[in-house]
Amino acid sequence: METFLSSLRITVATMAICVGGYSAAVWAVGQAITPGTAEASIITKADGTVIGSRQVAQAFTQARYFWPRPSAVDYNSAGAGGSNKSPTSTDLTDRANETVAAYGATAENPLPAELAAASGAGLDPHITERAARYQVSRIAEARNIPADQLEKLISERAFAAGGMFTPEKIVNVLEMNLALDNVQTR
Amino acid sequence: MTQAILFVVFILAGTALLSWPLGRYMSWAMDPARGQGGANGFTAIFQAIGGSVTRRDQDWKRYVVSLLGFNLILFVVCFAILALQQVLPLNPDAKGAIDGSLNFNTTASFVANTNLQHYSGEVVMSYFSQLAALMWLQFVSAAVGLAVLTAVARGLAGRKLGNFFVDVQRATFLVLLPVAFVIAILLLLTGVPMTFNGSVVATTLEGVQQTIARGPVAAFVAIKQVGTNGGGFFGPNSTHPLENPSFWSNVVETIAIIIIPMACVWMFGRIIGRLKHAGVLFTVMLILMGARISASIGFEAVPTQAFTSLPITQDVGNLEGKELRFGASAGPLWAVVTTSTSNGSVNAMHDSLNPLTGMMPMIGMWLNEDFGGVGVGMVNMFLYIVVGVFIAGMMIGRTPEYLGWRVEAKEVKFAMLALLSHGFFILVGTAVFAVTPWGADTLNNVGPHGFSEILYEFSSAAANNGSGFEGLGDATTPWNIATGIVMLLARFIPIILPLAIVGSLSAKRRATESSGTLSVEDGTFAGMLTATVIIVGALTFFPAATLGPIAEHVMFMK
Repeated sequence: METFLSSLRITVATMAICVGGYSAAVWAVGQAITPGTAEASIITKADGTVIGSRQVAQAFTQARYFWPRPSAVDYNSAGAGGSNKSPTSTDLTDRANETVAAYGATAENPLPAELAAASGAGLDPHITERAARYQVSRIAEARNIPADQLEKLISERAFAAGGMFTPEKIVNVLEMNLALDNVQTR
Repeated sequence: MTQAILFVVFILAGTALLSWPLGRYMSWAMDPARGQGGANGFTAIFQAIGGSVTRRDQDWKRYVVSLLGFNLILFVVCFAILALQQVLPLNPDAKGAIDGSLNFNTTASFVANTNLQHYSGEVVMSYFSQLAALMWLQFVSAAVGLAVLTAVARGLAGRKLGNFFVDVQRATFLVLLPVAFVIAILLLLTGVPMTFNGSVVATTLEGVQQTIARGPVAAFVAIKQVGTNGGGFFGPNSTHPLENPSFWSNVVETIAIIIIPMACVWMFGRIIGRLKHAGVLFTVMLILMGARISASIGFEAVPTQAFTSLPITQDVGNLEGKELRFGASAGPLWAVVTTSTSNGSVNAMHDSLNPLTGMMPMIGMWLNEDFGGVGVGMVNMFLYIVVGVFIAGMMIGRTPEYLGWRVEAKEVKFAMLALLSHGFFILVGTAVFAVTPWGADTLNNVGPHGFSEILYEFSSAAANNGSGFEGLGDATTPWNIATGIVMLLARFIPIILPLAIVGSLSAKRRATESSGTLSVEDGTFAGMLTATVIIVGALTFFPAATLGPIAEHVMFMK
């Protein structure tokens, strides 16, 4: 009986401090020092409509946009997930075949592997710099703009996520597409 | 490859260095010397919170009874919150009731410090359930492990075991809370959200609706990592860009997985007064883990087999189930440290790892001691030490001793019982589910990889790990019940038996160590211990591994 009583008292104390106090403290610090990312980096247009989150991939299928990596959950950001297929699975071969067809990849101009492999959560907001350049000719044609302009945009936006530890640069797909559409955000 | 090696060395060396001062702090917090000012001031507060029963030192039986009673309360409270979440506050997205067997599984999982998740957080759980039930248990269940290690160490030092209720509060308030708070701030700075606002509906540039789930993630993920819990706020855990948004958040989270388990070894060494011995244990653990990390990174550098026949570049490793922002070696590194430590969070989908890479996390869970879960990892290593010194004593014809305590048949039986129960749960569970529709009908992959999914699930439950080959359709009543029971038994058997061993050892007269005593501070001991871990721990599972990952590799990888 004493054991349960002590357990209950400690339950109340830990609940108050580790759930109430701790969550409130972390929340307050977040609002103070990182108000943008604390709310999940939501992007809104000048008129207030929400376009998406800077941190989360969204679907792009039109030729005029950069395309993100494949998503096993169709970019569902309320129920994320990966394919969970073994790398030896023929299901992956079938899926990759569709991706290859969509990009029109050929043996002479093979698709970068990161554009064929689905990400873990299906919401990877990034593609590699080379995967962005791979899409330049399609977008240039669809938008009727010079390829150089797109190459320049990629060079400006590409960054090394981990400095010296990540030699391959990446770009944020949604930010690139916002720049292409020249959308003003706030 | 150079960057991969550099990255791994940076993480491991950095964390090992940090674990030294943390271990020192933890021994101050968990085991304050009599008359020591600061930490003993807290003791008075903890006794006031806990009530009269906390003022007495406990023998091993009372310590165990208090521990089990406390865990029973944890179970009841969590189960009640999850069962009633639809009427409780902080539910902006109006999440509904949780199914009974799923509630049992989830509650067992978080009480047992496992965090196996047969649900997807952003789909099923209200913010209140996430914080007041699940995050709360992430604190106190880890604290239970730390309390047990402290008691075991005190017993081996020839002292009284202490009081469970005081120890569990020391672990919660003095160790886990400050460490989690620091990590949470670092996560905020590296882009993790922390909001009580509900999900947002966006209209994408192409005009499609996208609902973006978010929540109080930073606070949750910090204790998820430092308490070797591993249960994600979102379904896909730390692969999710809102749970692990950047390269640097991934660095923080990786370090947070192993920092306390590493510091536990130093804390153990300080309490027993044998830092050199702790150094040997630390080295053995680091070598066992390092070997798996190297193998894992090597195997994962092989391109995705399914793409080899297509016009797709073959110049990068397997990227299925991985995020680009973390860099190439982050996935296989995390896969090993999260399973070495019974954490179970993931930053890449383990189901989609190359076959032999996927075996490395399984081996980690089979061994479950380098560095193991918070507190309990070092306690598991203690079981291997008991068996190791016994075998060594038999080989050289001397009475086996550990720290001057005579290890006899009773202690070795207890240790072997704990170690063998691990294999029993995994192998028997896997066998039953592999031949019945309970398991066979829930697979996401065919052939040996399907078998691996079942084997992984039971390994994860028995190791109190919580990661999974997540393709497995495990949200069924048979899976919920079976893994729920395994998690609870596999949590408390290796906690009760080591305390019983210590109770039995410390009732004997302690021998003074002489030149004839087998040293626990040299290379011979390290070699003996490593061999014991590999032979007793890993070889038990070799036949099962042959049917799963090894068969898949041989059959399909060209």
